Amino acid sequence: MTRYLLSLLLWLTALPALAALDPVLVKQLANEDSDLKVAAIQQLGASASPEAARVLKAMADDALLVAGDTVFILDGEQAVDAATGAAITPTPESYEAITVNNRLRSELGNALAALKLFDPDRAVRLAAAKELQSNAGLELVPVLARSLAQEKDGEILALLKQAHAQANLANPEVAARLTAVRALADSGSPNTRSLLLPLLEAANEPDESVRQAARQSIEAIESRLMVGETLGQIFTGLSLGSILLLAALGLAITYGVMGVINMAHGELLMVGAYTTYFTQTLFRAYFPELVDWYVLAAIPLAFFAAAAVGMVLERTVIRRLYGRPLETLLATWGLSLILIQAARVLFGAQNVEVANPEWMSGGVEVMPGLVLPWNRIVIIGFTLFVLGLMAVLMQKTRLGLFVRAVTQNRPMAGCVGVPTARVDTLAFGLGAGIAGLGGVALSQIANVGPDMGQGYIVDSFMVVVLGGVGQLAGAVWAALGLGVVTKFLEGWAGAVIAKIVVLVIIIVFIQKRPQGLFALKGRFVEN
Amino acid sequence: MRTPFVIRFLSSMPRSGWIGLAAFAAITLVLMPALHLLLPETSPFHVSGYLITLGGKLMCYAIVAVAMDLIWGYAGILSLGHGLFFALGGYAFGMYLMRQIGRDGSYQSDLPDFMVFLDWKELPWYWTGSDSFLWALFLVLAAPALVAYVFGYFAFRSRIKGVYFSIITQALTFAAMLFFFRNETGFGGNNGFTDFKRILGYDITSPEMRATLFGLSALVLMATLVLGRYLTTSKFGRVLAAIRDAESRVMFIGYNPLHYKLFVWTLSAVLCGIAGALYVPQVGIINPGEMSPANSIEIAIWAAVGGRGTLIGPVIGAWLVNLFKSYFTVAFPEYWLFFLGALFVGVTLWLPEGVVGLWKRIRQRRPA
Amino acid sequence: MTAQQQMEGLGWEDNTPAVGRVLEPGLDTTHKVILYLEDISVSFDGFKALNNLSLAIDAGELRCIIGPNGAGKTTMMDVITGKTRPDSGTCFFGQTIDLTRLTEPQIAHMGIGRKFQKPTIFENHTVFENLELAMKMDKRALTSLFAWLDREGRDKISDTLKLIRLDAEADRQAGLLSHGQKQWLEIGMLLMQDPKLLLLDEPVAGMTDDETERTGELFKSLAGKHSLVVVEHDMAFIEQLGGKVTVLHEGSVLAEGDLATVQADERVVEVYLGR
Repeated sequence: MTRYLLSLLLWLTALPALAALDPVLVKQLANEDSDLKVAAIQQLGASASPEAARVLKAMADDALLVAGDTVFILDGEQAVDAATGAAITPTPESYEAITVNNRLRSELGNALAALKLFDPDRAVRLAAAKELQSNAGLELVPVLARSLAQEKDGEILALLKQAHAQANLANPEVAARLTAVRALADSGSPNTRSLLLPLLEAANEPDESVRQAARQSIEAIESRLMVGETLGQIFTGLSLGSILLLAALGLAITYGVMGVINMAHGELLMVGAYTTYFTQTLFRAYFPELVDWYVLAAIPLAFFAAAAVGMVLERTVIRRLYGRPLETLLATWGLSLILIQAARVLFGAQNVEVANPEWMSGGVEVMPGLVLPWNRIVIIGFTLFVLGLMAVLMQKTRLGLFVRAVTQNRPMAGCVGVPTARVDTLAFGLGAGIAGLGGVALSQIANVGPDMGQGYIVDSFMVVVLGGVGQLAGAVWAALGLGVVTKFLEGWAGAVIAKIVVLVIIIVFIQKRPQGLFALKGRFVEN
Repeated sequence: MRTPFVIRFLSSMPRSGWIGLAAFAAITLVLMPALHLLLPETSPFHVSGYLITLGGKLMCYAIVAVAMDLIWGYAGILSLGHGLFFALGGYAFGMYLMRQIGRDGSYQSDLPDFMVFLDWKELPWYWTGSDSFLWALFLVLAAPALVAYVFGYFAFRSRIKGVYFSIITQALTFAAMLFFFRNETGFGGNNGFTDFKRILGYDITSPEMRATLFGLSALVLMATLVLGRYLTTSKFGRVLAAIRDAESRVMFIGYNPLHYKLFVWTLSAVLCGIAGALYVPQVGIINPGEMSPANSIEIAIWAAVGGRGTLIGPVIGAWLVNLFKSYFTVAFPEYWLFFLGALFVGVTLWLPEGVVGLWKRIRQRRPA
Repeated sequence: MTAQQQMEGLGWEDNTPAVGRVLEPGLDTTHKVILYLEDISVSFDGFKALNNLSLAIDAGELRCIIGPNGAGKTTMMDVITGKTRPDSGTCFFGQTIDLTRLTEPQIAHMGIGRKFQKPTIFENHTVFENLELAMKMDKRALTSLFAWLDREGRDKISDTLKLIRLDAEADRQAGLLSHGQKQWLEIGMLLMQDPKLLLLDEPVAGMTDDETERTGELFKSLAGKHSLVVVEHDMAFIEQLGGKVTVLHEGSVLAEGDLATVQADERVVEVYLGR
């Protein structure tokens, strides 16, 4: 708005110079013929004057009107002659709007963007340059050249060079095209690549040297794209891997360390995710000013909620089935059904909405075409935090010591006074709590619904099995490896095939190394 | 002197067993079809088409449950992927049923409707021969057998056991489900096969066809029980149980568990495939949902409810659970999952030997 | 890892064509030796369970093996029976049969029977069935489907039942036997296999003195026709057996000779009484 007033002020002070707009050209804007309209728009755009900007802006806003021979802008109640800028009184009785179809609208957009290149505000110029970067036509070459000469800012300059080169691709002169094609080699955007692709064919590009240059430029762009894409895939792979790891870490304790096969593990993730949802609802109702920080509050809540559910399960059911893994598997599957149905009854069968806090939305652009979303970065960090927490718990605390003792030799641990039954419950609670933390993370990137846990149970078992039972380090490597491999396969073959291939790879892998990546060897393995 | 095989075979079951089987045959092969076909619908003794189809479904479930028990109850291998073999049999026969629709589909094309919808011009290569009934029967046996054999060979050879094996079979059926969900796979994607019209030219919805399919399912169930009985009372069965109890001992006295497990595993898969092939024409649809892990694990609970390690147990279990399911999902749909979940927990905690085990215990107590 | 192991690890080479069948292994004992172990090493996560172990058992010999816990006795048996593959070294049965190339069932068929430290029998089967399963016969899966016990087999089983004094318990579930009876049953199963070499891991643990004595008599009567390797802690029993004694320590042979010589050896005394 300020800018609008400013330009209005500018225009008022520079009134005499305003007549500069060619009335014929302005008139042409109202012509029936679209081609003529386009030509007029392009010429006005190339003029780089604020008046032209005003006229084109009005046209884009459907405020450019015609009454007989007069083309005027209706600014509120006041009619202003488009060519001269003089007020027209009274406002003409009958007038019609100049129709703007889609083609004209995009032309207007380009022309306006070109005009914005001379705006004193750097941000406006940057935005304009970005907009022009991929779709500037030949008619903008002079404007771009002019702004190239004026522009001081490095970032904008680079964008302008791209836009200029791209606009020049349609230049009838071979030399200009050649320079343009070579200049585009510096681009890292897939759009530029698709712009250059047609130039490889003689039908589109008659000159051999330009075709040659286009080929080289495309190669340069592709190799740059490749790097970005690969890095992007590694990143999403790591992010998927950290999700898998969060889902599997709890399992690594309950299954890997305690030998309890818990098919309701996915539902403990669900408990964590619903706790996050619940926390969000509480914050919205009672602490709306702190709503951005609800996630932090959800972390301990989810941990204790899931841990509580886990301990109840352990006390009531799982405890009675120690040493009978297949029965445990079936019973815990039954528990998972009950938990799912309970979630449906309590929260409804539909997915619930969990919003990313403000500070987790958006992302950082590491390089052109590679944006790392904040929520995923945060989750990777969070995974590291949980991992660290777990390592400390297992290595430094009394509970960790007891858990390790009970795992290694239950009767002996009992004999030296370790309360084995209590340790079982607490260890199971710890595993469940960590699953709850995984649920918090999941709620930030995936749907939260009653069935959400089901999708993770097979995957997390695969991680634990692949990593080697009882091996936390193995689980870490297996999860990250699986994540990255899955993402790469998805890039090539699509999500479903990727999933199938990964499962097949795991099955084949277990053929070779039944004990997992980090195998324990020795005579105790089979016992 | 060698005892003739027939005598050995007959001696695998006590006389009461054979009599029971004969009674079952009389009811399912003669009485039920007759009450369905010969009596008018107004008669109070008329068996409705709904009942016949429900009965046929229950027979198929029972076959699957017995197949599951052969591998779980007798060999100690819990499969969480038996739904896959059931579905493979169903799909194999479903292909034939799709071809039997002929030009009566919505698009009046020689191709199945879903292929027309996907703008396919001709049948994919693996549909070759799918219009032949005999080829369909062969596929019903061969598809599950092949998948089970290959998977089993690698899994058993690597000595994957217990929970590991269970989880991997679950992953297997999960992967297969994803695979069949894709349209490109050529099996109708999400929707699978449906709208069947006829078998061997006869109308699939006619009362005669329903009665035939019901009778066939009952017959296969009886054959499965007899086969199971023979198998488990033979030396093969004793070796199998020995593998379940002390696998390393079995190896050190010179048996290779791989071949024993592989045989019973493949057999079990084939039985599931046959059940699937009988099931599909009766319910009129097959889709990838049949391969979902939840379906497969439900099969295990049928066997557990009835009583593992017995042959009659799984049959009873399959019937009980599914009759309950039919009732519950209509009467209290909200609570079915609670009930099913509680069943999983309750049976493993308090009824490890199932209904049959409970009955045995009660009978043992009574004389005292 | 040897090339052979690698081949097997990859799983492409199926060297199990003869599994289950009754083989005529053509055991070649022309040099009087039935079992050679040479430079066998096995390590688990850096712990050397066997360390260049070399051992030779003569055909018909009754050999006792003693050693403190962790000396590698059980691992040695694992290597001989194919349960554990050695990292290096060779293990021959007779002159020609390389045991490191065979699977457990194949080795059993070659004529090596093993009794575990903890009696391992089929607890849900009857005593009779336990012996039936162990009996030397065609053990392939498909044959088992149609196998039928003939008179000759029954006689053999009832002979063995008498020998191990379980004829009264023939139809009892094996899991219900006493510990000593289970030990006997396992020995009986071994005999049903008719092996050339018997590996016996603590066969008299849990037996009464009387039972132990009778076991000793049985073993002595078996020696000559069969070769026996007995791992034991019970010195009185070893004295009764009276064969050559090998002392294992930290995965290799510490001393060898008759019991008196070995017991006089200072190093042996040291490993048994503490270092």
